[in-house]
Amino acid sequence: MKNVNARKEYDVIVIGGGATGAGTARDCAMRGLSTILIERLDFTAGASGRNHGLLHSGARYAHTDPESAAECIRENIILKRVARHCVEETRGLFVTLPEDGLDYQNAFVDDCRRAGIDAELLEPAEAIRLEPAVNPDIIGAVKVPDGSIDPFRLVTANVLAAQLNGADVLTYHEVTGFVKDGTRICGVELKSRRNGERSTVYGKVVINACGIWGHHVAELAGVKIAMYPAKGSLLIFGHRVNHMVLNRCRKPGDADILVPGDTISVIGTTSTRIPFDEIDRMEVTTGEVDLLLREGVKLSPMLAWTRVLRAYAGVRPLVASDHDPSGRSISRGIVCLDHETRDGLSGFITITGGKLMTYRLMAQDATDMACRKLGVDRPCRTAEVPLPGSEPDARDEERKAHIIELSTEMKAAEGRHGSWTGKIAAGNDADDALVCECEQVSVAECNYAIEELHVNNLINLRRRTRLGMGTCQGELCACRGAGILERHHKCTKRALDDLASFMAERWHGMYPVCWGETLVEAQFTSWLYQGVCGLEKEPPRHEEEMNS
Amino acid sequence: MMTLQQQNISDNNFESCIKCTICTVYCPVTAVNPDYPGPKQAGPDGERYRLKKPVFYDEALKYCLNCKRCEVACPNNVKIGDIIQSARIKYAKGKPSLRDTMLANTDFMGNMATRMAPLVNFTLGLRPVKYLLDRTMKIDDRRTFPRYASQRFESWFGRHAAASQDSYPHTVSYFHGCYVNYNYPQLGKDLVKVLNALGVGVHLLDGEKCCGVAKIANRCVDEATRDAHTNMKAIREATARGDETVATSSTCCFTLRDEYPHVLRVDNHDVRDHIMLATRLIYRLIDEGKAKVAFRPDYRKRVAYHVPCHMEKLGWTIYSTSLLKMIPGLEFIPLDSHCCGIAGTYGFKKEYYDYSQAIGEPLFRQIRESGCDFVACDCETCKWQIEMSTGVPVENPVSVLAAALDIAKTRELNGVAAIPAVE
Repeated sequence: MKNVNARKEYDVIVIGGGATGAGTARDCAMRGLSTILIERLDFTAGASGRNHGLLHSGARYAHTDPESAAECIRENIILKRVARHCVEETRGLFVTLPEDGLDYQNAFVDDCRRAGIDAELLEPAEAIRLEPAVNPDIIGAVKVPDGSIDPFRLVTANVLAAQLNGADVLTYHEVTGFVKDGTRICGVELKSRRNGERSTVYGKVVINACGIWGHHVAELAGVKIAMYPAKGSLLIFGHRVNHMVLNRCRKPGDADILVPGDTISVIGTTSTRIPFDEIDRMEVTTGEVDLLLREGVKLSPMLAWTRVLRAYAGVRPLVASDHDPSGRSISRGIVCLDHETRDGLSGFITITGGKLMTYRLMAQDATDMACRKLGVDRPCRTAEVPLPGSEPDARDEERKAHIIELSTEMKAAEGRHGSWTGKIAAGNDADDALVCECEQVSVAECNYAIEELHVNNLINLRRRTRLGMGTCQGELCACRGAGILERHHKCTKRALDDLASFMAERWHGMYPVCWGETLVEAQFTSWLYQGVCGLEKEPPRHEEEMNS
Repeated sequence: MMTLQQQNISDNNFESCIKCTICTVYCPVTAVNPDYPGPKQAGPDGERYRLKKPVFYDEALKYCLNCKRCEVACPNNVKIGDIIQSARIKYAKGKPSLRDTMLANTDFMGNMATRMAPLVNFTLGLRPVKYLLDRTMKIDDRRTFPRYASQRFESWFGRHAAASQDSYPHTVSYFHGCYVNYNYPQLGKDLVKVLNALGVGVHLLDGEKCCGVAKIANRCVDEATRDAHTNMKAIREATARGDETVATSSTCCFTLRDEYPHVLRVDNHDVRDHIMLATRLIYRLIDEGKAKVAFRPDYRKRVAYHVPCHMEKLGWTIYSTSLLKMIPGLEFIPLDSHCCGIAGTYGFKKEYYDYSQAIGEPLFRQIRESGCDFVACDCETCKWQIEMSTGVPVENPVSVLAAALDIAKTRELNGVAAIPAVE
């Protein structure tokens, strides 16, 4: 993507293509600010794409952090409305195991109700009836309005919304420096990760929404934020084991949440502080895999005999309170910093901390601050206006009635693109042909993603469609996907390099859990790609991130 | 620590699929019907989606023949056919239609039909009746119905054979199945004749019910399960008195051994090894020198052998073909392993008839071109399909043996000449 926006001055430059950045770009654009969203790699390439995908009810924080809990339940209700195609209202259970004791549960229900969370105490037998996958030894259970949320869809929808409201979007552009006019930030210097081209974008306000990478971006602007990267590892199981979110009813700990997401289930997380030089190359260790399995089996014993598909790790941006630079007092709440008042650097805002659940609120805080700086007084409407794909649709009822008659891939696509599914061509053999068989992604869905959803490579395509996320991890679909991309960008060498990096990225996530069926499948995949097709063993490690 | 990882081996059979897609290549339906998603997608891939939400059940799974060729092809032992049948049973909408229920209840229909067999056979052969069945019940009017017998095999056996069977040095129990009982008792008579000549007496199972394969295919699962329990009880009694249980139908045999535990969840592990195809028992008797055979010197036939799909799945083709090859005057022509397309009741249904015939076409062509006197085959529905589609007669290998053996001499060789032979 060539940067053609060099001469223009934006009201707002948002850096960071995760949920917070995309949400902020959407909010700014909806308030009539001319906005550009800049991302170093691809949307959701950072922490937004590497979490549980849990739509918190807030119950998890009800005891330890009532304020966050209340925030969560408010956002939970909002997202179920405005992002309904990204959300699945699975409901959740907080279960008490014999080893945990019932003390926590007794206080828990009251804490939840105080925070406004509809928590319902269940008999263990009733909980087991509702969720047969739960450990049958539970001695207590509380039902809460937890759900699952697909962060890839959520961010894509926010980007689409920003664009519909006039925002520009640049992916694969890294901020290398800031343009300053005295103590005022007035632009960012960019370097394309595709071709190395340098450019400058001018704007009145720059919002740093880069998660943990915001630490570095702030440094480039000459200000210091004390952030600490905390790695959280998770395991993906091959199919949907549970249909309700399962939580341990105890103080938040390791591996105590099992979330059903799309076709799979995810157990997590661990929590380990890591040095900054590891945030772009995180590995899931054997110890973490063991811990996740050992604790996961306590929530749902059948995890012990379910195939583990892959492991991945995300990094939480923990922000030290400004009053305690030692880093001991860490906030998990939203941190919105006005660097003008804090550091005397005007035109620069950092929005960080928080969590996926509160991305919209974070965006609202940052946009409110930007509006104040720009002297704009327009209300935030992101809690009322549905995201693209979640609009109420007159065809809704009709679609529900006919979903049985849709092909499996169209049913799957409905889940991914919501009311925008109509943009995907269907009805002829060429369009309907499957690219990804595990996740039911058709040729037409790939074409739609490539044309409309900022897809440069197979990894981007995976995030927009779930291509390669199924049990075969790209074995069958990667080469087909590469073929389709090649038709669009017409460069065979690029397609081959892309294919090699994609397969390497898939392998990176399979490696920590490579035993049993996953090992057999990985072996078969390597025969196919290296043995039969002669794909290079060492992929050219150019642009794309290697984090699983 | 590592033991956790070593023990985490998937117990979900569908997760063993490595997506090689060999099953889809071997699927007879995929080749002729683009609406069928193929065994990989219908089976392990679809299972993940159905586990996510039942709405992902694809009604196109009804096109599955349940031939199990996908399972034979699978290098990783995924029970693809079982996954598909179980999904149809669990998720398919609506109750089985009247037609499907009638086709499924081969025992009930057979029981009624044999009471007035000449009338039923005459009526079912009439064009207007076939037209009516086609239009009202969607049973294809191009299909030739199997004829019903006037006397059930069980009645014949009770009257003519039962008394002498315990005089033989060994005995087996015979699972005759609906076809032998109601349509073609001659095959049962041939089995008694051959086994007796080899020194083996034949018992019938106490209260045998239909094996249930048609009921499973037509989703009449409660009845199938009930019958399965009755059959297992009878087979356990037979095993307890020292009898092996033999069948002349490869499909009945396969159902008793594999569909019961895999699809109906009826446990049979204690007696499964004692359920076998008659040709396997006969071959082993001869091979181990426990029985001797003498063939008629004047027997001259050119015979093409067709492997039924469920025979392929059992892996026992070698017993039937080896027996045929023992016959000195028999010229053996192996046919390519290819589904005939009828799949029990499937080929009777109007909506599948054309697929059924298209699947079988390469086989029919090969049979027509082989110049054989008849086709040998261990499955009755393959027999209907091949006879109807090629005009070439089909015989069970047991009947071939009955015709080729010098029965009197064989009885003498096995020391049972003194026992009065059944006629």
